[in-house]
Amino acid sequence: MADYNITDTVDITDVVCPVTFVKAKVALEELEEGDILSIHMNDGEPVQNVPRSIKEEGHQILKLIHNEDGTYDLIVRKVGD
Amino acid sequence: MAVDYATLKAGGFMRQKQKNTFSLRLRVVGGTVTVEQLQTIAAVAKKYGHDYVHLTSRQGVEIPFIQLEDIEAVKAELAEGGVQPGVCGPRVRTVTACQGGKCCPSGCIDALDIATELDRRYFGRQLPHKFKFGVTGCQNNCLKAEENDLGVKGGMAVSWVKEECILCGVCEKACRQGAITIEDGEIRLNADQCNHCGRCVTACPTGAWHGKSGFLVSFGGTFGNSIQKGTELLPLIEDEETLWRVADTAIDYFAEHANPGERFAKTLERLGWEDFTAKIEEAYHG
Repeated sequence: MADYNITDTVDITDVVCPVTFVKAKVALEELEEGDILSIHMNDGEPVQNVPRSIKEEGHQILKLIHNEDGTYDLIVRKVGD
Repeated sequence: MAVDYATLKAGGFMRQKQKNTFSLRLRVVGGTVTVEQLQTIAAVAKKYGHDYVHLTSRQGVEIPFIQLEDIEAVKAELAEGGVQPGVCGPRVRTVTACQGGKCCPSGCIDALDIATELDRRYFGRQLPHKFKFGVTGCQNNCLKAEENDLGVKGGMAVSWVKEECILCGVCEKACRQGAITIEDGEIRLNADQCNHCGRCVTACPTGAWHGKSGFLVSFGGTFGNSIQKGTELLPLIEDEETLWRVADTAIDYFAEHANPGERFAKTLERLGWEDFTAKIEEAYHG
C-alpha cells in the first residue's frame, strides 16, 4: 500500500534522547526537498517524541509503521531546505 | 524610633539575622524580569547590597544586606527602573509561571498571561495566612501547580476529525495515557483516560486532532512545614471567565473561613472539603 518511495533510511535506535532527534534531523538535512526518509526508532520515548519534533521542523509525516519487534519506522517527506 | 517590622515585611523587606539589615524581596510575575529591571536590580545590589542577588525557590528575586537607613533610597531607585518591592507575610505571594505556550512546544496555555492577570487581581491581598498561586502550561508540570494554594495547569479538550486523518499512528504513540487506539480505520479516544495533555494535537502531522485550551485547577497545595498536594475538584475549565469566577470563590472562601496563620489545606481539612467543593462547583457552573 506504500504510495511513496523511500530515498534514504536512518537508524536512531543506537542513540538516546535528545540525540535521537538530532540524528534524524541531520539525515533530513542531507536530503533534497520531497525526498522520503525512513527513520528507524525504538518504542518508548523516541516514538513518543521524535514524530512531534519532526513535525515542528516543518516536515511532512506520512506513516508510522509498527514493526512488532519493539521498533517503529517513521516515514517522512522532507519539506523546505 | 522603633522599627515597624510588620510594615517592612508587608513591603517585601525580610529581616535578616544581622541587626537592621534586610533582604529585599522584589515583585516578579511569572518568573519574567525585563533587561531594564535586571540592570536596575544589579545597580541597587551593587550600591546598597553585597554585590549579589538571591533567586528564591518561587521565581522571586531578593537583594540581601540592605541597611535600614537605605530603605527609602533603595525603593526610589528601584521604582525609577520599573522594579517594585514584593511582599511577605499573610497575603498573596509571588505568582509563579512557566514560559507556557508563548515559547514552549508543550504549552497548552499562555501561562504568563494567566499569571499576570492573577497578579493584577490578587497580589498582596491581605489574608489570614500566605496564599500562593502557580501556573504551569501543561501536564509536564514544570511549574509544579499542585504545590500551590491554587494551582493552574494548562490542558486541552481534544477531538478527532476523521476527514483530516491519514491513520499514520503517531497519536496512538504520542499519548502517554494509552487513551488513543486505532481500530478498523477509526481512532478511538477513551475520555476517562485522557488527561488533556494535548500531545495528540501537537504530534498529529495533519491537524486531525483539534484542541481547545483550558485550565485544570488544584486547591490546597502546600510544600512547607507540612506537605500536601493540591486537589483537582473540577473538569477542564474551557474559558477564562469561569477560571476567574473559580479563583475568586476560592480566595474569598479562604479569606472568610481560615483561622489566622492557617494555610488553605488546613482550613479545608478542618472544615471538610464538602462545603468548599459545593461552592467551587457552583462557581464553575456559573
